[in-house]
Amino acid sequence: MIPDDLKETLQRQIAATDHPREQVMDVVFILQDRFGYLSDPLLEEVAALVGMTPLEVEEIATFYEFIYRKPVGRHVIHVCDGVVCWMLEYQSVLDYLRSKLGIDYGQTTDDGRFTLLPTCCLGYCDRAPAMMIDRKIYGRLTPERIDEILGKLR
Amino acid sequence: MQILFQNRQPDRIASLEEYRNSGGYEALTLALKKYTRAEVQQLALDAVLLGRGGAGFPAGRKWMTVAESAPFPRYMVCNADEMEPGTFKDRVLIHTDPHQIIEGMIIVGYSVLAEKGIVFIRTSYENAARIMEQEIVRAKEAGFLGKNILGSGFSMEIAVHRSAGRYICGENTAQMRAIEGKRANPTQPPPYATEKGIWGLPTVTHNVETLACIPHILRHGPEWFKSLAATPTAAGTKLYCVSGRVNRPGCFELPMGTRLSEIIEDHAGGMQEGYQFKACLPGGASTRFLPKSFYDIEMDFDAMKQAGHRLGTGSIIVFDHKTCLVAATLNMIEFFARESCGWCTPCREGLPYIREILSRIESGEGCNDDIPQLRRMCRYLCNTYCALAPGAVSPVESLLTYFEDDVQEHIRQRKCPFK
Repeated sequence: MIPDDLKETLQRQIAATDHPREQVMDVVFILQDRFGYLSDPLLEEVAALVGMTPLEVEEIATFYEFIYRKPVGRHVIHVCDGVVCWMLEYQSVLDYLRSKLGIDYGQTTDDGRFTLLPTCCLGYCDRAPAMMIDRKIYGRLTPERIDEILGKLR
Repeated sequence: MQILFQNRQPDRIASLEEYRNSGGYEALTLALKKYTRAEVQQLALDAVLLGRGGAGFPAGRKWMTVAESAPFPRYMVCNADEMEPGTFKDRVLIHTDPHQIIEGMIIVGYSVLAEKGIVFIRTSYENAARIMEQEIVRAKEAGFLGKNILGSGFSMEIAVHRSAGRYICGENTAQMRAIEGKRANPTQPPPYATEKGIWGLPTVTHNVETLACIPHILRHGPEWFKSLAATPTAAGTKLYCVSGRVNRPGCFELPMGTRLSEIIEDHAGGMQEGYQFKACLPGGASTRFLPKSFYDIEMDFDAMKQAGHRLGTGSIIVFDHKTCLVAATLNMIEFFARESCGWCTPCREGLPYIREILSRIESGEGCNDDIPQLRRMCRYLCNTYCALAPGAVSPVESLLTYFEDDVQEHIRQRKCPFK
């Protein structure tokens, strides 16, 4: 499933470390960015690359919030539900996203563009309410700003 | 007086050149050429540099616990997994002047002979991760990292490790397991990390802000560092974050021990119009609520402790009189229940149980027995390996201590009185 050139790059990266399994999350992130989510066949290839069993990789992959073990949209919207955002308009941000996209938490739009998920405090409390899309942060959200942000993502 | 933020500029980081022009990397030269490793440790100890990640452990003492005969390679970890709700100082610091953090890491590395540096950084700080990667390369090009640094014979490399998002990874032992590519459950010491840490090798971990203080201590001395604080027993400045119902939320560098009222009113612009101060969490979600009676408290480790509170990360979340603190506590317990690693039974089972009770009270279905039951749960949840559960019950326990009337009003009215 992993193209040969990418596999060679990953092998070089892994070989440069003392302990191959230290690289497991880096490899997963690179593959997830390329393929969208960590499918079963990909997970097995990761395990072979870093010298772990598939179960060990699964144990870690399911532990972390930003590793997706199921198909997701091209852009995953993580809405911050930390206590500061909660106090400052989290609910209206979520309601607006739900009605605009026609989906609830854990769902993906029919065109495969967006998946909606909650996340804990993003550490941008000075710009609440905030959300993260494709590892990029957007703060001081208003309906107009959300329209503008989502409009740029295809 | 701005020390850690002396090179702060709107919307860009300070360059290596700017950092050097302000005295940057002079401390590293001093450490490598003038002081012995023991002297570097003593300077940090004399300066009363207490860990800024929330625990307040003396930094110098931590380094002294790495035995001379300990095996190599040794690790120096910069904990930038800032996931305590309300806390964002480390992000601001990295985005302001990243080289003081790198310099701090190298000095600690030298003091314990750690050749392997790791910056452990959370997913939502991807920009900060890129900044650190880029500036580490620049530091290396300038000869401050790599082999035989400044001709001292000491070598060190620093790598950036990106986490994939779990609050527990900020905990020292869990973080080391995460770095090893293992499931990040905390483990109970002993052995301590400085004896057997990453891959069984000595590991010293510090918070970003703690590391940034170190070059300044070496250059100006412990007495100068102590004189920066507002209170006699404290030392240094503190990066206070303020968020919530205030006019100017942000991160402010102030003397350690500055009064809460001054931080909120003079620096964060006071309460928003139409809102009154009701309570705050002084150091993130795992500290106790401070009601108005503590409004003038000096925000340092000692004063907070004497008052029965914790400074934590010094990140103040301000709640107003129209916000329901039962609902706020429910939000935080939801967070802690979700983020529990699930290893210890009291934490894994107890937090969802507390969530159930709080949720019942908030929706008007609570009964009088719920309050003593919550109090008992808060006590039981302290029997765990790590500090997640004891921290998680801090808002619950303090809600019952200072705002029991609010909770009882929910039960009496059979609804949330704030809705």
